Amino acid sequence: MTEAMAVSILMTVIGAATPLLLAALGELVAEKSGVLNLGIEGMMLVGAVTGFAVTSSTGMHLLGLLAAMAAAVGASMIFGVLTISLASNQVATGLALTIFGIGLSSMIGESFVGLTIAPLGPVFPAALAEDPLLRLVFGHSILVYVSLVMTAAVAWFLTRSRGGLILRAVGENDHSAHSIGYSVTTVRYAAVAFGGAMAGLAGCYYSMVQTPMWADELTAGRGWIALALVVFSAWRPWRLLAGAYLFGAVMTFELHAKAAGLNIVPPEFLAALPYLATILVLALISSRRSVGSAAPACLGQPFRPST
Amino acid sequence: MTLITRRGLLKAGGAAAATLPFAGRAFAAEPLKVAFIYVGPVGDFGFTFAHEQGRKEAQAHFGENVVTTYVENVAEGPDAERVLKNLADDGNKLIFATSFGFMNPTVKVAKRYPDVMFEHCTGYQTAANIATYNARFYEGRAVCGTIAGHMSKTGIGGYVASFPIPEVVMGINAFTLAAQKVNPAFQTKVVWVSSWYDPAKEADAAKALFDQGADILSQHTDSPAPLQAAEQRGLMAFGQAWDMSSFAPKAHLTAIENHWGGYYIERIQAVIDGTWKTGSVWAGLKEDMVRMAPWNERIPPEVVKAAEAMRDGQADGSVKIFSGPIVDQNGTEKVPLGSALDDPTLLALDWYVAGVQS
Repeated sequence: MTEAMAVSILMTVIGAATPLLLAALGELVAEKSGVLNLGIEGMMLVGAVTGFAVTSSTGMHLLGLLAAMAAAVGASMIFGVLTISLASNQVATGLALTIFGIGLSSMIGESFVGLTIAPLGPVFPAALAEDPLLRLVFGHSILVYVSLVMTAAVAWFLTRSRGGLILRAVGENDHSAHSIGYSVTTVRYAAVAFGGAMAGLAGCYYSMVQTPMWADELTAGRGWIALALVVFSAWRPWRLLAGAYLFGAVMTFELHAKAAGLNIVPPEFLAALPYLATILVLALISSRRSVGSAAPACLGQPFRPST
Repeated sequence: MTLITRRGLLKAGGAAAATLPFAGRAFAAEPLKVAFIYVGPVGDFGFTFAHEQGRKEAQAHFGENVVTTYVENVAEGPDAERVLKNLADDGNKLIFATSFGFMNPTVKVAKRYPDVMFEHCTGYQTAANIATYNARFYEGRAVCGTIAGHMSKTGIGGYVASFPIPEVVMGINAFTLAAQKVNPAFQTKVVWVSSWYDPAKEADAAKALFDQGADILSQHTDSPAPLQAAEQRGLMAFGQAWDMSSFAPKAHLTAIENHWGGYYIERIQAVIDGTWKTGSVWAGLKEDMVRMAPWNERIPPEVVKAAEAMRDGQADGSVKIFSGPIVDQNGTEKVPLGSALDDPTLLALDWYVAGVQS
């Protein structure tokens, strides 16, 4: 294997991992506050179509990214009002958000089918990324760096900051947090909005970087993998990063093994590998009780203040 | 023309109410009502999009004598049965079910509506009022293979494939056989993505194939993602179902286009004339059901000439891509010199020719 080829494979791994990491980070924060949002896929699609539509109309990628985040936050707020203010069932509402997102994105995207935009290119000047090894460091779009910085930021926020402590308190015991004067509702709205913004960026990775186009259901179920990754990581940001890259590596390995003609195992087995890996890790995690209880205690439960 | 979409039923109802009385007054005879059901959105820019172009062509041809309707995003299974029944109740006399998975619902509904004609695309079950139709996409694959044999520098073609069903297998074999007629050492590397539609995975599969030495790409999946990957790498690729050159102006050499319009016009005319009969049609370049998109200007003239010879040869029947000798991956001779694979064998094809790495 040549150096250029290895770099190329690693670039593909990073490309497969980044949107998963972005979406899962947002979901991790929402879940830490006690809200289970199954609408990641829907928010990603709304973000993907908005990012593409705005970039295609204005030619400005940054505007596309911002609009995508805003649109996905908007979608997440529908979910927020229903589940946080009106205390509706989070699982059912989240599923509804996904179905709504699929339909809405298809409607918005109707007039953008068949168009293409210049992909959101590397953020550093090309001269820096000429050498293959330097390309691994400097050859990515801004979203890759954002995903890495956000991993560190979320890790720091949750464990080292006062705000993070409050957010975790709301997720672990909403009534206690409420009784000592924290607004459970405000914290959860903020966490859900953050989840929406990150899902919007993740959607943009597909519609603006990887396949700069719009087609119905462009994300093809990646939101569900992001959801599984949060459990996989036991709600820890750095483990989430490792999980996303592991997933990216397994998915890429599958394709490369097929392209290289490795027929040791049947292709169907390789296609199932990412999912088998999830089941395996989930089984390992739940067999270790101390880690298995990592789920926020109030996850999925609507908050109804008693006083 | 009436449009029915899941999102716009109300709007469509209004349009139908507005156009019907007018049509009734303008013509003594009631216009024939014809319906289409699609598995995907008309905006998929692939398979369903091509059927929709066919419907539009038929509508334009018959003008006010025919009213066509379509329902998109119909799930394969019980939902399709309900949609088909509604369309039959609505007075449609001819219904085109355009996906393989509509077969059983079509058979069921057709039994209950003996005076409605059904046409099922890519299936194999016929009845007194069910006909089937399909296109010989592999003929287009052979034309692409000829171009690939000439244009590939590495002698390795990449193939982003969906599922190992006969339809896909015969495409891979036709592509490879045609390329090997130009470059006997030509190899085709296949990556299965286990989906008809997954843009991100299709793009990654394309990249994996390029990393393994392929410099020209064919696909049997429905999104333009592999073409975009080829464009980004500065390599070459072929479009699927429709001219996808807008996604990859440099990389897109040509595409295999599905043209259903001619068939739709012919069958609607048969119902109008009262001559409609059941049957199975498997048409290709000759009948114009399969066409090649315009050649990219980067293809040298002599390669265009070779591609046109392959296209026209298959159209007039002088070239048969599946004629022997054909050797499979294990070196066994499958088709001896002087004979060719017949249609029933082709429709059950489950082995790959030598040079395919799958």
